[in-house]
Amino acid sequence: MTNVRIFVTYKESVFDPQGETITEAIHSLGHDEVKRVQVGKFFDVQVDTNQKDVKETVAEISEQLLVNFNLETYRYEIMEEA
Amino acid sequence: MKIAVIVFPGSNCDVDLYEALHTVCHADVEYVSHKQESLAGFDAVMLPGGFSYGDYLRSGAIARFSNIMPAIIQFANEGKFVFGTCNGFQILTEAGLLPGALKRNDSLKFICKTVKLEVVNNQTAFTTHYQPGEHIELPIAHADGSFYAEKSVLEKLEKNGQIVFRYAGENPNGSLNDIAGITNERGNVLGMMPHPERAVEALLGNEDGLPLFRSLLANVKKEEEAAR
Repeated sequence: MTNVRIFVTYKESVFDPQGETITEAIHSLGHDEVKRVQVGKFFDVQVDTNQKDVKETVAEISEQLLVNFNLETYRYEIMEEA
Repeated sequence: MKIAVIVFPGSNCDVDLYEALHTVCHADVEYVSHKQESLAGFDAVMLPGGFSYGDYLRSGAIARFSNIMPAIIQFANEGKFVFGTCNGFQILTEAGLLPGALKRNDSLKFICKTVKLEVVNNQTAFTTHYQPGEHIELPIAHADGSFYAEKSVLEKLEKNGQIVFRYAGENPNGSLNDIAGITNERGNVLGMMPHPERAVEALLGNEDGLPLFRSLLANVKKEEEAAR
């Protein structure tokens, strides 16, 4: 088993209203050094690597379900052998 | 002529659509469960608003995997009329029947109010009973209604006359090009965020949604006669 974390965020060209609102809130706390916050989501996925190559699995489930390519993009990290 | 109103788990405007077509327009309407696999015998399909599958993952994303979805895609590909309002619009984009996507409103708020719209294209099967450029008012009720598409897609939508409704005046949600409703290239699939089915009776204060259903029913009838 391998644990994979898949991160999904808006593409650069897409306005992220949550990120902007959170950035403003952080500025209200006095942290002017924070220039930008981007909000996204992550999926922790457990994959049986004996069945299929983990990278292939991640690419297929991301492209077919987890990511809407009109708006979003993704990256992933292979965490550890479970 | 028979119209299907699809019912997904979490649909909550299915009754509104049914009543608009049945009680107000006297059409033959039937609810069709997401579990069914066939649309045989139907002449048009309506996808209602609501929160199908709890809006899990993204609004409309999971409905794509319903048993009924392959039949809806085939129905649309055959050139038959498919209409989606609100969550129905989101489902149509997620299923790839309409371009673009609906994202969180710029204000991050769920917006529930009546908005001004312009009928940009009255030459679609859904809008022939409107005047060109007519200004109407319809209710909206959504959190994820901000239409987004790549620039090249937007240009194509503009060029092909696929933008059917635009917000006139205030843009409530940040939709690009003020888009409130679009069709596919062929013009037989319409998705829109506003709710015409909630504006079909003068008694309830607004009839501006009625021409949409009258247009659709008239054009289904026309197709039927042409096929004879």
